[in-house]
Amino acid sequence: MTSFPRPALDLRNLRTEFRIGGRWYPAVRNVSVSLMPNETLAVVGESGSGKSVTALSILRLLPHAGARIQGGEVLFEGQDLVTLSERDMSTIRGNSIAMIFQEPMTSLNPTMTVGDQIAEAILIHRGGSRMEAKAKALRLLDEVKIPSPKSRLDEYPHQFSGGMRQRVMIAMALACHPRVLLADEPTTALDVTIQAQVLSQLEELKQAYGMSMLFITHNLGVVAQIADRVAVMYAGEIVELATVDALFAKPMHPYTAALLRAMPRADRANESLEPIPGSVPALSAVPTGCAYAPRCPFKDRSCTELHPELVSSGDPGHLVRCPVRPVGGVH
Amino acid sequence: MTTSQGSGDFVVSHLSKTFVRHGGSGARNVRAVDDVSFRVPKGTSLGLVGESGCGKSTVARAILRLIEPDSGSIVFDGVDVRAAKGTALRVLRRRMQIVFQDPYSSLNPRRTIRQTLEEPLRVHLRQSSKEIREKAEAAMVEVGLPREALERYPHEFSGGQRQRIGIARALVLDPELVVADEAVSALDVSVQAQILRLLEGLRERRGLSFLFVSHDLGVVRHFCDRICVMYLGRIVEEGPTADVLDRPLHPYTRLLRDSYPVPDPRARRPLIQIAGEVPSAANPPPGCGFHPRCARAEGPCSVERPQLAASGDDRSRACYFPETSDIAWGSLRIGAMT
Repeated sequence: MTSFPRPALDLRNLRTEFRIGGRWYPAVRNVSVSLMPNETLAVVGESGSGKSVTALSILRLLPHAGARIQGGEVLFEGQDLVTLSERDMSTIRGNSIAMIFQEPMTSLNPTMTVGDQIAEAILIHRGGSRMEAKAKALRLLDEVKIPSPKSRLDEYPHQFSGGMRQRVMIAMALACHPRVLLADEPTTALDVTIQAQVLSQLEELKQAYGMSMLFITHNLGVVAQIADRVAVMYAGEIVELATVDALFAKPMHPYTAALLRAMPRADRANESLEPIPGSVPALSAVPTGCAYAPRCPFKDRSCTELHPELVSSGDPGHLVRCPVRPVGGVH
Repeated sequence: MTTSQGSGDFVVSHLSKTFVRHGGSGARNVRAVDDVSFRVPKGTSLGLVGESGCGKSTVARAILRLIEPDSGSIVFDGVDVRAAKGTALRVLRRRMQIVFQDPYSSLNPRRTIRQTLEEPLRVHLRQSSKEIREKAEAAMVEVGLPREALERYPHEFSGGQRQRIGIARALVLDPELVVADEAVSALDVSVQAQILRLLEGLRERRGLSFLFVSHDLGVVRHFCDRICVMYLGRIVEEGPTADVLDRPLHPYTRLLRDSYPVPDPRARRPLIQIAGEVPSAANPPPGCGFHPRCARAEGPCSVERPQLAASGDDRSRACYFPETSDIAWGSLRIGAMT
């Protein structure tokens, strides 16, 4: 029997619900996916697809009121994070699993110098002296290529540009050598040239630290640049899971194919931009059957009645939640 | 500046705008827009691209005189926009409309869509209530929303629907030029494509001209006939969109293009080493604004600012040492950042 490497993070049937008008509605619907060691798994989807809620569920950062993890497991180093005590969870958060967010300005403390903020993370999780933590913070700022890190250590977040703030966030996330980095749209607020810098830096640091990365984005261009594998989410569930090459070369789910056709490309003439009719369903109005059926040109009667499972497409490692898709991928 | 009366063209020449920033260290001048000239022929679409702070939104606002420019001329269909006053200005404002980026903050939450759409008609046109009502309804239908939606409030709509309403508001006055300031940037891909389709249809049906401000090269390539690339308040390159993106002449255009992530894993490349960030417009470098970050920079670049000059092929660039060979998309291979 061949032994497969153990996943760095393993989501099994994760289900997260929000309360709207006194009723609970699932925002993440039975998501199962494994993040392998040293892998970059991109989670792509439009607003409201549940991709951020998935990441927040992993670290249990959801609001206490109005949100709950209703089922499933998040397996990390032999423990189920869903059932862990809050005390044990806080030793994992920012330590062995770190997270970076879209808007670094709102994630940094405006009243603390960046040096103190990074040092704080080290002191909390690793202990040691303040001096050592500060020295480590300096090394980290240097590592994320903040120019003249020594003087920037004592500056405040508002004195940094958007790209530099995101680097500070990355430095802080790396402070405790996490095994897993959850990156939630980390470059969406940045200009493209700065985005390119931050992406190449994340890739480099991932290698250097031997991390796995769950990278959440709505941008298929970014996915193509950085991902090893891709999970496409729609209405709270994964509708397609494949290696990055397979996903772009041979999209199997009609939604994936439609997303690719709806994206205007800068590198070629694109006369045939095809919008997807309709819009993403509201959390409280997800259709029974296939959630994408109302917008899907391939739907037949079974789509509105039966909820399709995420199953092998026939190609190894390529899963798709669509029984009626055209054979050989959707083009 | 003379332009033939009634050509329908929109011509901007030597437009400049300086903001004064008051800070701890005294007042500083920020040259947001510096000697910008371009032309939008009637019925065409000009893209204005660049990164945050390059001055593209200031240009968009200055040409509508939502911000008064300091100098330069703006001529629309033979009429001097900067000199216009009173009735003449009101007539111009009717003919030139703007669609903003954020459909959430650009609609009054306490007004029904009908009130929002009918107000400009009451201000600009002396028409009966019935005619105004019909105009608002026609605009709604034209942007693909049901008539009944006129009685609803902005919060009842999704982002894409709100952007349709923003477009309807711009359309009710039958404008000839629409300034779209990042009009599709806040939208999801599937909705963005819907709105782009809508704008294309309007351009064809109504012969609208567009000044299309965007940071998204994909959207600009899709929508715009020509493109102006801005850096630190100046236009550094101008030309037909496909030519400029496929064969950039200015090194900054190339940097911008090569930073754009192409949705094709086969075009994956080690992402580029980029020296530094955009300098502050309050303290721009001497000579060419891009020279401190430019691999091709030599002697004159740091001394004398290059002017935007024609390079043949219907294109122009502000660069002493423009890119020469064809550089294919995704061909840039520089090792990991050092």
